[in-house]
Amino acid sequence: MTSIGTGYDLSVSTYSPDGRVFQVEYAEKAVDNSGTAIGLRVKGGVVLAVEKIKHSRLLVPHSNRRIMTAGRHIGVASAGWMSDTRHLVKRTRDEASHYHGTYKANIPAKIIAERMGMYIQAYTLYSSVRPFGVSTILATVDVDGPQLYMIEPSGQYMGYRGCAAGKGKQAAKTEIEKLDLDNLSVRDALKEAARIIYAVHDETKDKLFELELSWVCAESNGLHTHVPQDVFDEAVEYAEKANDDDDDDEEMEDDDL
Amino acid sequence: MDSITITLPHTVQRPTEMPSHGPTTRISQPMVTGTSVVAFKYKDGIMMAADCLASYGSMARFRDENRLMPVGNSTLLGMTGDTGDFQHMKHTLEDLLTREYDMDDGQNLGTRSIYRCISNMMYGRRTKVDPLWNSYVVGGIDNGEKVLGFVDYYGTTYQAATIATGFGGHLAQPILRKYVEGREDEITEEEAIKILDDCMRVLYYRDARSFNKLRRAKVTAAGVEISEPYALETNWDFAEFIVGYGS
Repeated sequence: MTSIGTGYDLSVSTYSPDGRVFQVEYAEKAVDNSGTAIGLRVKGGVVLAVEKIKHSRLLVPHSNRRIMTAGRHIGVASAGWMSDTRHLVKRTRDEASHYHGTYKANIPAKIIAERMGMYIQAYTLYSSVRPFGVSTILATVDVDGPQLYMIEPSGQYMGYRGCAAGKGKQAAKTEIEKLDLDNLSVRDALKEAARIIYAVHDETKDKLFELELSWVCAESNGLHTHVPQDVFDEAVEYAEKANDDDDDDEEMEDDDL
Repeated sequence: MDSITITLPHTVQRPTEMPSHGPTTRISQPMVTGTSVVAFKYKDGIMMAADCLASYGSMARFRDENRLMPVGNSTLLGMTGDTGDFQHMKHTLEDLLTREYDMDDGQNLGTRSIYRCISNMMYGRRTKVDPLWNSYVVGGIDNGEKVLGFVDYYGTTYQAATIATGFGGHLAQPILRKYVEGREDEITEEEAIKILDDCMRVLYYRDARSFNKLRRAKVTAAGVEISEPYALETNWDFAEFIVGYGS
């Protein structure tokens, strides 16, 4: 215990001598324990996918959603503590509603990302609070087209073409980098997102999981919504097939050895 | 020590931020207003109409206003009275619908719920002695049933097969009762449009705050549909026989 942090990790208001804030890094660790969440920004829209790990078979399907909607046009996918997530989603909704009340227009992506970034950052400043254990992915289509932002527990927010958070983020990022995001259709992006979630899912560690898929695009009338069942089934079929083929390839390689 | 009081000249208006020491006052007159809304049940659902005029007193000030509003997928709202208060109602309802959408629980707000919500808002505001200066007609299809209700600025509510607000209550309601009552499940869309246009024509002839540019809307199982503005054919030949009234 004494070796890690060495006394500089007790408060978010203390730097370590080499300029780190350990509490924020611990919050990032909390994110890394969560099921993977990814976002892909493509030509005609944005898709979100989440690997929702279920700790019990008794849970009702589609309950405890990890992709939520704020102000109709914004999708929020998150990796990390669900209780923190719900608080942040409420804040996102309040910000979106407040902006709409002032300007009678949907809040643009970079403004909602900035406001949420500032809010989350404020929780890295005071010893009386704990940083949010959540990486938040925001997906929306605004006047400038499809937008994807991710906000870290530190409050750092950036725009992405593809992003990932949670357990499988490294593997997911490698897969996302292989995609030609600028030329992918929204429906194909959904398939790829499903494939990536299935690929990074580690069955030895977490047996049960549920895929969540959502989109914001012309086909969803510019609204953020979970995808219809037929689109969902199509994506899952593609994901399972792609991963089966991968497994076959590995087996063949094993045979060669 | 006596305090010094300075009396302002009677021409100087007291700034609003100064305490008035008088009773609380509120705006008690509507400014920009819309006239009648006419609505009734027919075979496929609900028909409603309102003209496109927002009057400033007796002046025909804004001639391209929409006084019909869809609320969700199967409800229609028609407004008579102050357009500013209507905008406030619109924003409140849009906010409510956004919150419902965000719930993402597969539930939709039904016409009855929306009607109850608007009624409660109207009654709540009159109880604060600061009413929203409107009459509303809420129509829609809720669980396969046609619903048509009325609310005014006292929070008075009633539901009926035919509803007309404002001047329409005097001029259109008798026509609607004659043609619609008891036949709510028989009237075809074609006949419904004819009845509606007849009502609106009478209103245009006799209501000095009305306008010959109107919208028609319907709620059916397929959803809400609001028409583009259109005009009615009128005949003013009788005008030359009118004697008196300064002519």
